Formats: sequence, C-alpha cells, structure tokens
Amino acid sequence: MANIKVYVPRDTTACSLGADSVAVSLQHYFSNNDIDCEVVRSGSRGLYWLEPLIEIETDSGRIAYGPIGPNIIDEFIAAKFWKINKEHWSYLGVVDEIPYLQKQQRVTFARVGVIDPLSLSDYENHFGFSGLKQALDMSSQEIVSQIKDSGLRGRGGAAFPTGIKWQTVLDTKSVQKYVVCNADEGDSGTYSDRMLMESDPLCLIEGMTIAGIAVGADKGYIYLRDEYPLAFSVLEEAIVLARNSNFLGENILDSGKNFDLEIRLGAGAYICGEETSMLESLEGKRGEVRPKPPLPAIKGLFGKPTVINNVISLASVAAIIVNGASSYQNYGVNRSRGTLPFQLSGNIKYAGLVEIPFGATLKDLLYEYGGGSRSGRPLKAVQVGGPLGAYLPESQWDTPLDYEAFASIGGMLGHGGIVAFDDTVDMCAQARFSMEFCAIESCGKCTPCRIGSVRGVEVIDRIKAGENSVKNKELLLELCDTMVTGSLCAMGGLTPYPVRSALEYFAEDFESGS
Amino acid sequence: MSIDKEASREEMVLAIVSKYKEIPGPLLVVLHEIQQELGFIPPEFIPGIAEGLNLSRAEIHGVISFYHFFRSTPAGRYTIQLCRAESCQAMGSRELERHAKKSLEIDFHQTTADGQITLEPVYCLGNCACSPAIRVGDAIHAHVGAESFDAIVNELISEKVEVKN
Repeated sequence: MANIKVYVPRDTTACSLGADSVAVSLQHYFSNNDIDCEVVRSGSRGLYWLEPLIEIETDSGRIAYGPIGPNIIDEFIAAKFWKINKEHWSYLGVVDEIPYLQKQQRVTFARVGVIDPLSLSDYENHFGFSGLKQALDMSSQEIVSQIKDSGLRGRGGAAFPTGIKWQTVLDTKSVQKYVVCNADEGDSGTYSDRMLMESDPLCLIEGMTIAGIAVGADKGYIYLRDEYPLAFSVLEEAIVLARNSNFLGENILDSGKNFDLEIRLGAGAYICGEETSMLESLEGKRGEVRPKPPLPAIKGLFGKPTVINNVISLASVAAIIVNGASSYQNYGVNRSRGTLPFQLSGNIKYAGLVEIPFGATLKDLLYEYGGGSRSGRPLKAVQVGGPLGAYLPESQWDTPLDYEAFASIGGMLGHGGIVAFDDTVDMCAQARFSMEFCAIESCGKCTPCRIGSVRGVEVIDRIKAGENSVKNKELLLELCDTMVTGSLCAMGGLTPYPVRSALEYFAEDFESGS
Repeated sequence: MSIDKEASREEMVLAIVSKYKEIPGPLLVVLHEIQQELGFIPPEFIPGIAEGLNLSRAEIHGVISFYHFFRSTPAGRYTIQLCRAESCQAMGSRELERHAKKSLEIDFHQTTADGQITLEPVYCLGNCACSPAIRVGDAIHAHVGAESFDAIVNELISEKVEVKN
C-alpha cells in the first residue's frame, strides 16, 4: 500500500476536543502494525461540531470522518477507516462537498485546514509567497493602490479602508516605520484570527511583509493575546521557517529589501485590542488609550509612522496581490467588498467559521449554516460584533451583512463574531454584564468609561429591584448617551450599544421579578 | 525561604532584565519571563527591575497592576481560567461559575486552602464554537459543565506531585 496521508487538525478547538490524543493513538497504531499511513497535523476547517475531523487523502479528494474523539478511537481504528469505510457512522464523504464548506467562498481561508501550517512546501504549493514575489517586483505605490482598489476594509472591527491607512504611512517621511499586527482578538464569539494564525501562519507573515515593503517599514510586531498559547508556538515556528528560507530578514529573496518581525505577548487586557492602547502596551507601558490625533499612521509605535492592521486584513493582502484587486472587489455589496470570515458561536448547533461575501443575512447564517440553537429551544437574541455589539432581536435578523446596513440599525459587524442565545437568556443580566465588563476592562483614562460603567451596573441593579424603575431607566439612557459621546475610545463609546438594545428590544426582562 | 534561594531568585530576575534591557519597550517581555520562571512577580524585586530598565518603581508597579495576567502573589499549583464572556454565557457558564466557586469553596482570584487550585476569570479563550471553555496551563477544555469540571479538577489534584526545583 502506498503511503497514505491522514490529516488530524492541530487547532485549539480541535485539541480541546481531544485531537492531540487522537493523533498520538493513530501514530502508535500505524507504526506498531506497519501500516504505511502518515499522520499530518493540519489546521482546522472550522466545522467545529465535527471536530476532531479526520481526513484521508485519496485520488478523488480528501475523505472526512467526524467527530472522532479519544473515547471512540479504538472503535474507529477497528473500522479500518484508512481503507475508506463508507459504512462507518462517522463517514462524511469528500470534505469539500460537505454543504457547510461547499457553500462558502474561502478566499482568505483558502489554505486553512488544508495544509500543514508548518510546511513551507505545502504553503508554496498552494500559492504561498506568490503575492510577496509579485510585490517585490512592484513599486510601493502600485502595491498600496492595489489594496486601495480592492476595497479591503479593516477586519478588526472598525472597517477603516486598509489602503488609505497604508497610503498615509507611505506618504509620511521617516527613516523608521513599523507594521503592527493586532492579534489581540478579545471579542467573545470570535476566533478567526486564532484559526488563521494556527492553521496558516505563513499567510499572516507574508501579508505583513508585503505591508512592510509597501510602506517602507523594515520591522513588524505581532501583538498576540496571552490567551492563545497554541497560536504563539505555531507563529514562532513559522517565523523561524520563513526567516531560514529568506522570506523574512535581510535582503528578502535577493530583492535588497529588509523586513523582520517579532511576537509580543499581551497580558490579559481587553482594552489592548484598541490600537493606541496596544501601542502603549507594545512600548512596555500600561495599556492606556492615547487621544487621536495624532493618527498612529503618522505618529504610532515609538512615535514613528505605523501601519496597524488586524490579522485577517493582513492575511487578505497576498491573495489580493495574486488575484488582482478587482477579483476581491467583485465579492460583496455596496461599500462592503470582499469576504468576511463570520464565526458562529454560543448557543448554535453547527458552530464554525463561515467565510462568505458580504450581503447575506444574519438569518442565513443562523439557520442555513448554524442550524438554529444547540439547545433545541427557539433563538431569542443574537449579539453581533463582540461584547460592544448590539443584541439583535428576531425582527432584525433579515438585515444584510454589510457594514453600513448594520450601522443603520445601531449594530455593527465588527470582527464578524456572532453569538446566539436561546429563549432562556435574561437580557437584563446581559446588559448588566456589558457594563460590568466595561468596568473591569476600562483602562481608566477617561471618566465616562471608568465611572460610567460602574454607575451603569448600579442603575441596572436598581431597575431590576423595582426601585423607581421609570426614572432609573431614563437615567440609564442618559448615562449611555454620556458614555457614547464623552468616551475617548470605543470601549466606553460602544458599551452602551448592547445595553440600550437589550432595554429597547427585550424590555420585559428588565421588569422586577422577571 | 533560605537566603541562598532568595539570592538566586534575585540573580535570575536581574539576568532577565539585562537580557532584554536593550530591546525597544522591554517591560512586558521582562515581566512575562519573570512570571514564567517564578509563577509571580515578587514585589521585592521591583526596585531591581526599575533600576535595570531605567524606569521608576511606580511605573513597574503600574504596569503589573494594570494587566490581569500579572500576579504579585504566588498562585496555587494549578490555575484554572474560567471563561465568563458572552459565548460561554450562552451555553451555561454562569451556572458553571457558581458551581466552580461552590465546589472549590473559593471566589475568583483565590486559591483553595490546600494550595492546589487558583480560580481566575478570563474573557474569551477563542474556543467559542464549543462553549463553555476553561483553560488549565496551556490546555483548553471544551463543553465544560459541572460534571466535567469536577472530573478535570479531580484529575489535576490526583496527579502525582512532581518534584520542582
């Protein structure tokens, strides 16, 4: 029998479901029984209800089985799955034909789950470093113009046009400039950055290098949250791989251009996902927000012009260079161009990563992909865009997934996280948590956020206790206005959104005794 | 603690400081490595760190106290981080939190009387497709309920005590 490749994901969620132990059991069995199968640790496809998802390479594509947890591994091996056992209950057929995956347009996530994240040859065989090679033959302005023309907007949440940011840094004269990747993915319900870094780290490295070449920066930092230990070790290995093959470092691929990068770990502060707070943290200080202006593009890290982009923004760059701006621009609707990797989380049956063009509706994601709640009860509220995003009632689930359409209903797409709640949720408790979270995570620099959040918790408690409810609801809304208009950054400025939406659409949960 | 051991800890801290003092913005890197080695950042070493990095003691203390991850006191043998964020709430983490506190007889930021387990809150582990999640060391656990929480704790405390240098 020829050498057969068996793919077992190495991804935080797959590992949290026992993928490491499954991989070890398979390796032992194959070597002890002289079976010519090789276990490859790939990334995850993001079909998380099927993890650990095992794939076998065949002439007609990869055949998948799942979920294969450590508790059933002996039975799975006994079924001789590597000989393609269609009768086995976990047999899923060709992985690319699983509807959840087939319906998606994986552009940024094209390699995620497919390749061995730490194999340079796998990466290059899947168009890896083609973008960098092309960029090295282009002028800085040509690269920046491509990114501008693609319509790519910051995927971290703020959705500022990436190309315009790059243009500002390119146009600002300075001997030293920086590229900083914001990998402080703190929003609950989001994991696309983590997946990309664990499953296709070289893609991020390539994107950052292109950014550096485009704006004239020779040094990059990845600011990674401490909560992602696997992403850290995978990225570290990937940086060494890239450096050893001269895709990073001095005189990259004999181009005469230099770019190198370093990972810096955060230390459990949500606010450090805010870009100026992140810069402070990178400089070794308390993560307190800086007033803007000056823009970081003009005066950023260590006072130098700095490109700051989210992981997904930077990971989208190479594909834009390779396929051309118009190919990316062709996806999407209105001013939201390209694709967004949505992440289905919380109480949802088929939780996972769904990369699709902008323009579908929330309902499509919740039911066509998500299959409704995991508990089997009716869905009641959906929080889109992280802890600072509004809670949306069913009447708003037909809103198209488009930055402006969401803004027009007081919501935001943010980083694409979607957290579903069934009808057992107490929306007053959720509103209280939003204020509590803001109080815990506020950097303390501005008063509306630091004090307003504490007062917010107190007022919600009084409303729930039935104390002067009408007046206190008015007070809560006034407090929300103060926070929105008076806070220095999005932490205090957006915390009122989930609070107000909970109060507006789920008022019954705020009645005392409810 | 013996004087020798204290002296060698201080030497280690100063070695970490001098290893990184030339890199730009070294403080977080230094604190991470000290905590990695010692499990916490003993306040008595703050003056030495400050002097080595040419910062004030107040700046060092300010940074340690700003970030949730940095500790000024030792943790238990194991630290369990329990996710309190929205995705986990949607799948029952509020109940899990109550159960964890009750069964361990501690609140967040506290350590069990036998010194085994420290319980810390965390706001998202990126495991939101399989909530609720907890983290122990570098291992993340999915779909954690009261029963599986107890099983994880029992497995931890029944592990043989490793001799640590």
